[in-house]
Amino acid sequence: MSFYRNLTIRQKRIAWAWTFLAVPVLFYGIIRFYPTGNAILISFQDWNLLGSRTWTGLDNYAKLWNDPVFWKVFVNTFQYLLIGTPLSLLLSFVIAYHLDKLRFAHSFLRMLYFLPFMTSAVAMAWVWRWFYQGVPIGLFNNMLAAMGIAQIEFLNSTTNALPAVLAPAIWAGLGFQIIIFMAGLRAIPTSYYEAARIDGVGWWTVLTEITLPLLRPTIVFIVVFSSIGFLRIFDHVFNMTTNNPGGPLNSTKPLVLMIYETAFTSFDMGYAAAQTVVLFTILLIVSLIQLRLLRSD
Amino acid sequence: MAVTEVPGPVRPTSEALLAKPTGRGPRDNAQIIRWLILFAGGILMVMPIAYMISTSLKWPHEVYNVNLIPEEPTLENYTYVLEDGRFYGWFVNSLVIATLTTVSNLLFDSLVGYTLCKFRFPGRTLVFIAILSTLMIPTEMLVIPWYLMSQQFGWLDSYWGIMFPGLMTAFGVFLMKQFFESVPDDFIEAARIDGLNEFQIWWEVAMPLVRPALAALAIFVFLGNWTAFLWPLIVTNSVEMYTLPVGLSGFGDEADVAWELIMTGAAISTIPTLVVFLIFQRFIIRGVVMAGLKG
Repeated sequence: MSFYRNLTIRQKRIAWAWTFLAVPVLFYGIIRFYPTGNAILISFQDWNLLGSRTWTGLDNYAKLWNDPVFWKVFVNTFQYLLIGTPLSLLLSFVIAYHLDKLRFAHSFLRMLYFLPFMTSAVAMAWVWRWFYQGVPIGLFNNMLAAMGIAQIEFLNSTTNALPAVLAPAIWAGLGFQIIIFMAGLRAIPTSYYEAARIDGVGWWTVLTEITLPLLRPTIVFIVVFSSIGFLRIFDHVFNMTTNNPGGPLNSTKPLVLMIYETAFTSFDMGYAAAQTVVLFTILLIVSLIQLRLLRSD
Repeated sequence: MAVTEVPGPVRPTSEALLAKPTGRGPRDNAQIIRWLILFAGGILMVMPIAYMISTSLKWPHEVYNVNLIPEEPTLENYTYVLEDGRFYGWFVNSLVIATLTTVSNLLFDSLVGYTLCKFRFPGRTLVFIAILSTLMIPTEMLVIPWYLMSQQFGWLDSYWGIMFPGLMTAFGVFLMKQFFESVPDDFIEAARIDGLNEFQIWWEVAMPLVRPALAALAIFVFLGNWTAFLWPLIVTNSVEMYTLPVGLSGFGDEADVAWELIMTGAAISTIPTLVVFLIFQRFIIRGVVMAGLKG
């Protein structure tokens, strides 16, 4: 203890800071950084969990490049991203924009939209899976039948399955985005609107000249947040197609499901690690492009 | 005594500000139509949840009836599913894991956030950037190494194995650091003069001042762990160690399980969070906004 007493105040503070950080720094080193390096390392190896690890250089990446399933999965993943993000952004903005203008039972309406965000993706994937079944089981087809409309194949069709899986994913995230948009709308100073009113400006001009430009930080946040979510989609897809993971002819399989199957069904650890490195790279590139595009000017 | 809501400061909506002072007229009709459309949309949003709960209360012969209200509501499905015992165990697992992870995150994330915010020491910027940079690493990339670690250290199929990756989060550190910025340095200096040690200052002076941020973080971490699926699916092997989402996923796949029982299982894993939300609605929404905007 005398050692501690002899330190200067500044040195004591430094000692305290590193005492506080000791456990967390170990945690981030062992649980985050070491595994990151390890994943990259494994991606250059051939390993089935039981046998020995052998170095294979870029073989896993070459195999991925020549794997038609990977390209199907790649296209699917970007379909989730390119349909999911704009659609959920547009829907949540329109709802938040109008919800912001209502006083009567405002918090009740807001609650209705927010509730799905509090559900678990697995539970809701099973609910939607039930909705999508054919007659006499599924709700949607039962409703269509009651109206005398032809049945729709949802999950068993190569064209409908992906949108059918995407719908609950969009639905579940909408409430969060609406709440964030509404907070963003509230943060816009009312004086801007007052000035616009005095100038007699129409609502469209107000929307495009005041509201949207001032919402830019909120929009950036939602776009980045939701596109990362769609690129990493897994829970919904896995649970809606467990009998045939990834849907008919891999029509709904996203990259994370391919990673899961390669690693924990086929135990091809090196190949799976290479896929995770690709996922990491895609996430990084997409986020950087979005930040660049949305933050410029 | 009737409980009345204390009205907050009324902020005029942008609509009200833009409205021409014409009194009653087409604007009111527009407002009503807008309200009705938004209400209809809101009802559509909760439909899947409503059908889940309604079906969990139906007898098997009524499941395929599209009516939302069961003709003879029954708790038979709940009795059946809970008597089976597995759901009860999964529920307990999820509760313990989500609670412990939340406590760990609240303690460590705020300790690190506080230290990075209120101490000047060599290596500070490096530590901050290093922790933030982990936000860019997707968990999917880490699951294979985590699995190998768990295998080597005997963590597979244990609470510790399910929990260890999520004990601290960079998002939480960042959120707490932002909020500790609002704690005046004078408070901390005053506490030092009063003879509190640095640990006491963090725990007794700074922590109480950032309670709203702690609440926001708690909601996010708890909900995230309650619904987590990929890692628990990988790290657990035995049915007893499953969390609710993993258990439900396998339960739905059993050949002899009927839809009303799957809906009951789904309801069991969803209703607790919905109830908590309905009670603490105001705080949860505020917390989500705080965490979302700061994050």
